[in-house]
Amino acid sequence: MAEREHKHKTAPPSRQEEEVEATPATSESGEKIKAELDDLLDEIDEVLETNAEDFVKSYVQKGGQ
Amino acid sequence: MAINKILGVETEFGIIVRGTPESNPIAASSVLINAYVNELAGDPQAHARVGWDFEDESPGNDARGMPPEGTMAPEVETHLVNVVLTNGARYYVDHAHPELSTPECGDARSVVRFDRSAEVILQRSMDAARRLLPPGQEIVVYKNNSDGKGNSYGTHENYLMDRAVPFPRIVQHITPHFITRQIFCGAGKVGSEAPGLTTAEVPFQLSQRADFFEEEVGLETTLKRPIVNTRDEPHADAQRYRRLHVIIGDANLSEVATYLKVGTTAIVLAMIEDDALPRDLRFARPVPTLRQVSYDLTLAKAFELEDGSTITALDVQWELLDRARKYAESEGLAVVGEAVGVDVLTRWEAVLTGLESDPMALADQLDWVAKYRLLDAYRQRDGMDWGDARLAAMDLQYHDLRPEKSLFARLGMERLISDDEVASGVTEPPEDTRAYFRGTCLAKFADAIVAANWDSMVFDVGTDPLRRVPMMEPSRGSKAHVGTLLAEAKTAAELLDRLGS
Repeated sequence: MAEREHKHKTAPPSRQEEEVEATPATSESGEKIKAELDDLLDEIDEVLETNAEDFVKSYVQKGGQ
Repeated sequence: MAINKILGVETEFGIIVRGTPESNPIAASSVLINAYVNELAGDPQAHARVGWDFEDESPGNDARGMPPEGTMAPEVETHLVNVVLTNGARYYVDHAHPELSTPECGDARSVVRFDRSAEVILQRSMDAARRLLPPGQEIVVYKNNSDGKGNSYGTHENYLMDRAVPFPRIVQHITPHFITRQIFCGAGKVGSEAPGLTTAEVPFQLSQRADFFEEEVGLETTLKRPIVNTRDEPHADAQRYRRLHVIIGDANLSEVATYLKVGTTAIVLAMIEDDALPRDLRFARPVPTLRQVSYDLTLAKAFELEDGSTITALDVQWELLDRARKYAESEGLAVVGEAVGVDVLTRWEAVLTGLESDPMALADQLDWVAKYRLLDAYRQRDGMDWGDARLAAMDLQYHDLRPEKSLFARLGMERLISDDEVASGVTEPPEDTRAYFRGTCLAKFADAIVAANWDSMVFDVGTDPLRRVPMMEPSRGSKAHVGTLLAEAKTAAELLDRLGS
């Protein structure tokens, strides 16, 4: 039956290959990614709305479509 | 039979006026659009003063025939600013928001380009308005779909379809796609706006819009929003075509998300036209399932289908992709643009693979992942809980279209379209649809054009009564079709003569 054939985990070959390759790369670069994220957060501190509470309160829209 | 998927996106933007305690969003939207149009008028290369022609507007028509009793048809607002641009787009005030409809595009990649060009138009409008307003005042535009207080505004997609396809078949097969595609095209949102839910229950969800949908099928767009909208207003030959008006999507900043949103939907619709989706994936409870999918960041929850079996959103998408691959093999993907279609399949698979193994690795591709990763890191650094106003503020600021304020712009996400293509799309139309005829006529003969809309243009060449040029076939009027004629015609009168001969 077509239904059985398409039940999940019928991954095409290319999909499995990608997963195998991706795993070691991710853990190796984990520290680097975290450092980049920390830098990004510092950078974002500079542009964030200064009074978050007032800003959120004042952002009121009329309903649309 | 599947037909060419001509498609486009219309976005209602959030708008606020800073530096003044009192402001009216309709007036602010008008100032914003007029400021842009008036600056363009100073540039002889870029006419945009031609008004919209409401002749073919009938948003009350229902694809099911007669709408159920008590249904409210949307009103057409004819008195507000409403212009056509030389790229073929429509820029106007709608429901207290500035709205921009992209021109009709020939494929998903072209939609991404003109959606980005629309952002540039809004940015230039903000700059132009800043020059007009008193010092200290500023109009700011947000490309999102919710104010976080229960008010939502839409980002609609439109797909040309074969009129012969029975509407119930479209509803049956597109609904599961709409419920599950949010796992890659949701724009992400802090908290929930559904009654009774707090950030304790829903700290963050995949989609901006899921909270606002209450019906499975219907005509409304502003209340009791339906998963499948039945507005039957083809803006084309109504004997041959239907325009599927899709109201359920989020506004995406990510190019990959926009690309996949319209690219996968166009393919699924082509499969519906060719009856290539044999399995019935109808959910037992579509509206609650839509919300539950949005609330489940693990993507692991299974939901009941009408046949009693259960399935995750991710597995619905795997099955649609699997079907699409077989469809591509047997029928080809010419109706969605062969090369773009093949590329959409590759990216669709890559994104599903990523969502299954490590969603956070898609932070450079998908809006909800990018937003979640950023906000969660910020939250952990400063020890906040999800109800903190600073996170709600960051959520809004992700969508701020001012380049220097946009959080999205700082994330360096993957691009599909070059800056040059985005910039040229601000003034130049797509070449492969009737938008080419509309946009080129406006650029060349603006003085002779009285009004324009999706399926016609009205010319005044001074002598005869006004002449309406119908454009009922969306694929005609392309550069291949009328490029030479438009290049050779020296006047609008000459153009009309040659079109008539």
